[in-house]
Amino acid sequence: MKHQAKSIIWSDYQKTIPADGFYYLRSCIRQNFFPGSERAFLQIMQNDLGKDVFDDPKHTTCTGIAYHSDLLPFETLQTVVARQFALMSEAGYRNLAVSCVTSFGIYSEVLETWKEFPDEMEKARTYLRKATGRELAIPENVAHCSDIFYHFRNEIAARLQYPLINGETGQPLKIVEHIGCHYAKMFPGKGVGGAEFSCVLSGMIEAWGGEVVDYPERRHCCGFGFRQYLIMANRGYSVSNSKKKFESMEPYRPDAIICNCPGCTMFLDKWQYTIGELEGKTYGGEGRGIPVLTYEELAGLALGYDPWDLGLQMHQVDCEPLLQKMGIKYNPGLKYRGLKGEDLGKPVIPNCFNRAVHSF
Amino acid sequence: MSKPKKVITIGGGVAGTEVSSLLAELGYDVTLIEKNSQTGGKLNGWSHLFPTGRPAAQVAEFLQHKVQRNSFKTICQTDVSQVVFGNGSFLVKTSGDERLPADAVVISTGFDIFDATRKEEYGYSVYENVITSVDLENRLKAGAPITTAAGNKPCRIAFIHCVGSRDEKCGNHHCSKVCCVTGVKQATELAKQLPQAEIFCFYMDLRMFGLPYESMYREAQEKYNIQFIRGRLSEAAENADGTLQIKAEDTLSGRPLKMQVDLVVLLVGMVPGKNTAHMADLFELQREPNGFLQTEDPHLFKNRSSRKGVFLAGTCTGPMTVDETLDHARSAALDIHHYLQNK
Amino acid sequence: MNAFGFKLIEPRSIDFDQFDGRLLNEILEKEPSFKICLSCGGCTATCNAGTLIDFNIRKMNLLLRRGEITGLAREIDKCMLCGKCMLVCPRGINIRNVIMLLKKGLVQYRNENI
Repeated sequence: MKHQAKSIIWSDYQKTIPADGFYYLRSCIRQNFFPGSERAFLQIMQNDLGKDVFDDPKHTTCTGIAYHSDLLPFETLQTVVARQFALMSEAGYRNLAVSCVTSFGIYSEVLETWKEFPDEMEKARTYLRKATGRELAIPENVAHCSDIFYHFRNEIAARLQYPLINGETGQPLKIVEHIGCHYAKMFPGKGVGGAEFSCVLSGMIEAWGGEVVDYPERRHCCGFGFRQYLIMANRGYSVSNSKKKFESMEPYRPDAIICNCPGCTMFLDKWQYTIGELEGKTYGGEGRGIPVLTYEELAGLALGYDPWDLGLQMHQVDCEPLLQKMGIKYNPGLKYRGLKGEDLGKPVIPNCFNRAVHSF
Repeated sequence: MSKPKKVITIGGGVAGTEVSSLLAELGYDVTLIEKNSQTGGKLNGWSHLFPTGRPAAQVAEFLQHKVQRNSFKTICQTDVSQVVFGNGSFLVKTSGDERLPADAVVISTGFDIFDATRKEEYGYSVYENVITSVDLENRLKAGAPITTAAGNKPCRIAFIHCVGSRDEKCGNHHCSKVCCVTGVKQATELAKQLPQAEIFCFYMDLRMFGLPYESMYREAQEKYNIQFIRGRLSEAAENADGTLQIKAEDTLSGRPLKMQVDLVVLLVGMVPGKNTAHMADLFELQREPNGFLQTEDPHLFKNRSSRKGVFLAGTCTGPMTVDETLDHARSAALDIHHYLQNK
Repeated sequence: MNAFGFKLIEPRSIDFDQFDGRLLNEILEKEPSFKICLSCGGCTATCNAGTLIDFNIRKMNLLLRRGEITGLAREIDKCMLCGKCMLVCPRGINIRNVIMLLKKGLVQYRNENI
């Protein structure tokens, strides 16, 4: 693999990412599955990097899940998107920081639609006015939050407490990166590095000391696909696609997987359990599974945030092996304690994961 | 003829040298402008020519010999920078600040090779074992044994047809015509060199238009066990050991197909040269939608451009084989001769 | 169905790395004309069996070429050995001999695998 050639391709796909002043648009599912990630994004941006990111309680879901499942008409989607844009403008911001990859795809798709079909924008403007009395505004810049971390990767690197190095061997941690399809496959020009060789996550991994695992099915979809997972009988499609990826990455013995998409993070994490139950096959060292993290969680860990504050106890696959490799000090006893120290109860450890090596 | 009429040829590849030689032989005052340091064009990089398997150098020598026999002025490492249109004549200014008058101009600026890095999903320039047909031809010419990047004998090789051709996403609607037979030729050459290797050609259609080409295809199947799979490569990915995983549909059995290969050869197509586009601008010539120069009449006047006195020779008008290029150049010489005689 | 209500799906792609060329190589050796098949489908269009039942001789030959032996035995019994395919084959492949060799080969293959 010739990395130099990749950077030539990357140079064709560089996007403008603003230096400051972001209006934050949250994901509707990340707060449930990876509840610490968005908080970590805000804390790292605001406290570590001193940036202005506005977290507005007024904004809503982008409706992407309903849209991609054919439950919601395009007009409604455009109106909801128009409302988000109006809220941004009302709050005095011009740049969007989008937490979810599908939302990022939705905002890009709507903006491109309006560029090609101005009538659609006028319709959305009218609907928005009638429904909410708000005025449509067009954002100057739409960045996915992973774009923003990529942009500030060196600033983050300068503050690292735990670089992505295996403390036991001194070698870089081997990390699989997985880019959500809606990040760049719809509009390659809107992703850092394009669709085929996106470098938005690999750039972070390398800047923070890790080594990117480039395995054959790297570009393959995780299998999420809205129609697949919403209908139970179709979930076989979804899990089989993830399996294809696991099979392909397994020989490289990755230490972790990081994703920038809510769906991918969730499914690459949870399907490992499902495949374990269905086939008795567990990936990763000693039958523990391969930890799957969001890039915010990874950044948070590397910056010295407490793993339980980052919400790592919510993961299906235990992250402790990664924490140990990174040399992170953590209190196992606090894993299932709430913010006030209350006992949250412990989950049942599934048979498919190796109990013997489990942390408790 | 009192004073010989002046012809300027722009581009000194196969077409440019041939047309210049012939016109000089006919007594015209010819000046050939070539951007590179020597004439001969891409032919200089080819190893053997289909369908005969004759060394390309033999044809190049033949052309060079003719150049020497019919002495005309050749200016190398020079571009055309400006053109002034006179009344039935031209004044061509060069990057060397020369001002050359001409009664007729021949454009023979040829083609460019499709930049395979634009098919990002094939990983050319990123994966070391993905090469183009041009890389392979250069290696064959150099006489080096064909190996993987690690220096091993490849056990399985895949040729990929139509790279950058018939690909609207790349802006190339056209068929580059020569790649199918080039693929068969190169696959056969590799089969001779590496008899143990399994060789596959992934094609959409095999366009064996030349009289002997179909026999080459048949021989490739029958004698050299080359396997032809109808399906376009969707993507290539690199394995840890540098081998490649490729995916295509086996369209004839209607199922997706994957295989690990040691070497991938991309049969890159022909696109209009940057210089051809530049000449179209300078001489204000019409171009086809695919970017090649438009001829006055696709049946009757294939050497005339949309501007009187500006003639076209070779692949600046579209993909051609070496033989076709020579024919086209020769017909250009005759057409220019008639034009200048009646002028 | 398991507790999940869905199951993993085996990929249906042709995997050349699992290629089983034993049968193919034997047939190619004994009937080399089979090498030059163009997959034009002339044989299938004229096939007496194929017009009545689900039988595609071109595809069957292709399965053999891809080393996909499973299922070939059942397919091949549909051929009536009339030889009409040979009349139309533009490259004069001795298709009937391919079928006969395939039948023999499959028996041998089965015996080897027991």
